[in-house]
Amino acid sequence: MGNQEQMLHDIGVVDFVLVDLMLYLDTHPYDCKAMEYFNHYSRIKNQMSREFSQKYYPLTKDMAESNKEWRWGMAPLPWEGGCR
Amino acid sequence: MWNYEKRLQFPVNIKEPNAKLAQVIISQYGGPDGEMGASMRYLSQRYSMPYREVAGVLTDIGTEELAHLEMVATIVHQLTRDLSMEEIEKYGFDKYYVDHTIGVWPQAAGGVPFNACEFQVKGDIITDLTEDMAAEQKARSTYDNILRLIKEPDVCEPIKFLRAREIVHFQRFGEALRITQDKLDSRNFYAFNPGFDRCESCECKCDKM
Repeated sequence: MGNQEQMLHDIGVVDFVLVDLMLYLDTHPYDCKAMEYFNHYSRIKNQMSREFSQKYYPLTKDMAESNKEWRWGMAPLPWEGGCR
Repeated sequence: MWNYEKRLQFPVNIKEPNAKLAQVIISQYGGPDGEMGASMRYLSQRYSMPYREVAGVLTDIGTEELAHLEMVATIVHQLTRDLSMEEIEKYGFDKYYVDHTIGVWPQAAGGVPFNACEFQVKGDIITDLTEDMAAEQKARSTYDNILRLIKEPDVCEPIKFLRAREIVHFQRFGEALRITQDKLDSRNFYAFNPGFDRCESCECKCDKM
């Protein structure tokens, strides 16, 4: 696995933690322990996404600031599935 | 994947319930030229698009249509949430009410349920983009028809915003079609389907990025 693939994989792992914690917190809105977990992984995920977006291509439009070319539009699409 | 933002793209704050208007506007939720068909059309067409710019436009417009779907649902919800039983009966809302109470369900103004046959995914970029341009105009006409039926400013303003977006989307799809034609043989744009037909010189060499 290349570094780009590895980073995307890691973002997926951390984001899945956040998605699952979000659902849990939606029905347990006063669980402080779960909120601590959420805050912790949320910070990590934001940092990872920012780093990936600067190094490779923006993952969201909020990270799509561009100068010479519109990086959002040029980025690979998730269903392309890499080289074939 | 998607992320949800807990806000509307354009504010909707309707004070007076109005069952008659709700029954007309619901067509832009689940009707033949509504926002559900629009978002499903563009998001489904993306996969067979041979050019990244065009797949990108479809992703971003398809995503914005989901925000419009939420706006239309909000308008219908705010027009129906405080209806009295008398109003429900008087304005003919009883037929909808009996099946859905005041929930928001995708149907046309005439009561026809949402159906995927309201859009196509042909797997041919020219065919699909031409449908997309027509779809934006059909939605714009529907919003024009709605605007002739309503006077209330708190309903008109979000509808006018949605109408204006149809025109911008039409423009962008027109540009996507031009980008596509620039990549094809101008003597015969239909010589082959770049999303399906393969030839020696255009074999994928993974040079997309």
